[in-house]
Amino acid sequence: MKFLDYAPAPESQALLNLKSDYGLFINGDFTAGRGTPFQTINPATEQQIAMIATANEADVDAAVAAARHAYDGVWSRLSGSDRGKYLFRIARLVQERARELAVAETLDNGKPIKETRDVDIPLVAAWFFYYAGWADKLDHAGVGPNPASLGVAAQVIPWNFPLMMLAWKIAPALAAGNTVVLKPAETTSLTALLFAEILQQADLPAGVVNIITGDGSTGQTLVNHPGVNKVAFTGSTSVGRAIARSVAGTDKKLSLELGGKGANIVFDDAPIDQAVEGIVRGIFFNQGHVCCAGSRLLVQESIHDDVIERLKRRMQTLRLGDPLDKNTDIGAINSAEQLARIRELSDLGQQEGAERWSTDCVIPENGFWFAPTIFTNVSTSHRIARDEIFGPVLSVLTFRTPAEAIAKANNTPYGLSAGIWSDKGSRILAVADKLRAGVIWANTFNQFDPSSPFGGYKESGYGREGGRHGLAAYLKPAVRTGSRSIPAAEHAPVSKKSASASKKSASASKKSASAEKATK
Amino acid sequence: MNRLAIPKTYKLYIGGKFPRSESGRVYEVLSHKGDFLANAAKGSRKDARDAVVAARSALGGWAGATAYNRGQVLYRIAELLEGRRAQFIDEIESCEGVNAAAASAQIDEAIDRWVWYAGWADKYVQVAGNANPVSGPFFNLSVPEPTGVVAIIAPQGGESLLGLVSAIAPALVAGNTVVVVANELAPLSGISLGEVLATSDVPGGVVNIVTGSPAEIAPWLASHADVNALDLVGAGDLDWVELQISAADTLKRVLPPESGADAAAPALSRILAFTEVKTVWHTKAIL
Repeated sequence: MKFLDYAPAPESQALLNLKSDYGLFINGDFTAGRGTPFQTINPATEQQIAMIATANEADVDAAVAAARHAYDGVWSRLSGSDRGKYLFRIARLVQERARELAVAETLDNGKPIKETRDVDIPLVAAWFFYYAGWADKLDHAGVGPNPASLGVAAQVIPWNFPLMMLAWKIAPALAAGNTVVLKPAETTSLTALLFAEILQQADLPAGVVNIITGDGSTGQTLVNHPGVNKVAFTGSTSVGRAIARSVAGTDKKLSLELGGKGANIVFDDAPIDQAVEGIVRGIFFNQGHVCCAGSRLLVQESIHDDVIERLKRRMQTLRLGDPLDKNTDIGAINSAEQLARIRELSDLGQQEGAERWSTDCVIPENGFWFAPTIFTNVSTSHRIARDEIFGPVLSVLTFRTPAEAIAKANNTPYGLSAGIWSDKGSRILAVADKLRAGVIWANTFNQFDPSSPFGGYKESGYGREGGRHGLAAYLKPAVRTGSRSIPAAEHAPVSKKSASASKKSASASKKSASAEKATK
Repeated sequence: MNRLAIPKTYKLYIGGKFPRSESGRVYEVLSHKGDFLANAAKGSRKDARDAVVAARSALGGWAGATAYNRGQVLYRIAELLEGRRAQFIDEIESCEGVNAAAASAQIDEAIDRWVWYAGWADKYVQVAGNANPVSGPFFNLSVPEPTGVVAIIAPQGGESLLGLVSAIAPALVAGNTVVVVANELAPLSGISLGEVLATSDVPGGVVNIVTGSPAEIAPWLASHADVNALDLVGAGDLDWVELQISAADTLKRVLPPESGADAAAPALSRILAFTEVKTVWHTKAIL
């Protein structure tokens, strides 16, 4: 064996006890979906893992009704401390079954086991543990004394961090006193259904969390359902726009966590080797399937050649292959569809004149794979500098002055994340002030923590997940007592139903808020 | 013999200047009795777009000013409004048909709101920000920042000056810049507020006031890609659902219409509605 050659060290699948078919989790039980079931595959082998049910409109109705019933009958009447106890139980159960969840996630998603084992699943447990403690402290959430929950939350999550996104959504919603209908992404439903088994073990009251599976149309039916009071979506900006349109004129509270084109800025005084590690972590973590990925590298011109040389050398050590292997750095691309998009945009990058370089790793025969790739000589107008690729593809641009770095970093409709690499604290603080992005990492990248708010500026969406702000996204102020004098309580929006229904019957029928929305 | 009075020409307030509408259009402002009061500029799409350009240009300076400075500038508006109270009483009495006492009470309330919001400028970050105890060697801080350019449809009924002030003041606190469509039927106090702003250290372009038809102007602001947020507080009589749908194209932050005497009542949440929370992770050395 040569240097950096390792014997295979695959994680065992023996601790998995998967079923061949998974139904919908509605009102505390698994039920068959009424839509056409679909198969979920391992993207590293293209082998089927299980069949997953599709929720049709009637199933969505049933799930929302179950959530409403649980909200009215149980969850909204439970004390905060009891809600918290259920969340603590869930956190502990996730920890107990962490290895099983990590293996299942890697199998279904294609991401390396070292990431699911060391990042995804520990954060899932941490998220529930963090928000568990909030459940009986809502007065301090920042929306005034005695805040109220919203009701039924419709949550639609992406495939890049399946169980982690589930935790980001469900934990604050339940802590705040809402009930949930969650739809995982079509290609990564498996761990959400294992999570449903955990909810059964935790003895969570039936209907408090419902998990329905299916494709985008199931998600669309869910967010448009008149019985939901809150919509939380993580995914593409184009779908986010469509959701923002469809909830317009309703009382549904909306959180959107959408796309990004994060700038990772490396100044000439940065510790280069650390910066190279950060660049790799920024774009090759999770095969670049990260909305906050550092997909645009902005390097100060004077150190460009040095950084690129060291980056290429580092990239050659990245091991691509079996996601279940503990030594794997780069796993499989999640789907054939996503692989096609990465290829298309990368080819465009070449056509537009950027210089393409990929590591010379061996690509496995089956499954979906894309070698870590960087483009140099990229200019700000190139598609690969503007569009979210959502894959292991880095676009490298240069700058001379801090002002130019800031201008280029902000030159995007997105505003989710950015990185700054410099040894000079005062420069980091000044640049961080000027970047229009919701999360900024200074001399690090892609760090997440349940206590730390995460979310975008501009077209990367609105609302925050994590921290006190993430809790407030699932609360509303106590009903005010109507004083206009200073200092006053919160403002109360006019009833949109009456305003929109009279004027705009066509859209009102589609968009009118639920009849149930006033039941709280 | 009575001295012949000199009536004022009421114009738009854009970029710190008082232009007429580029369209050349005016509309008659009538008293509550139906008497002619003035010709107000009937703002056009171009005027609205000019106002957005002015607001965008002013954003860096206003958002970049120190919180203490912004607080003082907002407080100074209250000072100057106090000094011009007679003029506002006149305009409110004639436009709204209320007596001098009611007009005076409205001005009191408007002044007090400027003072209340001025005081928030250097405090809202402390109340809405957080130091986050993350599990790792990081100094992790979340702070609210201004969203950017905020387009506002001012309350259309009721108290014209108070409605306008209640809508624009909270957006200004954090450092946003504003394009506001004034009360269509009672625009005079709004235009005069522009004169107060122009003389009270508010940099040109920070507040831009367009008079005219909200129904005509609002769609251009709702769809404008350089507007970051839309406050529909006074849009209850417009097709505001359509405005909100249009705002979704660039994922603008949107506040819904409000009605009644306490529309846009003073609240911290109105300040925070036009802020973005930024979280910064600073690496700590491991000693």
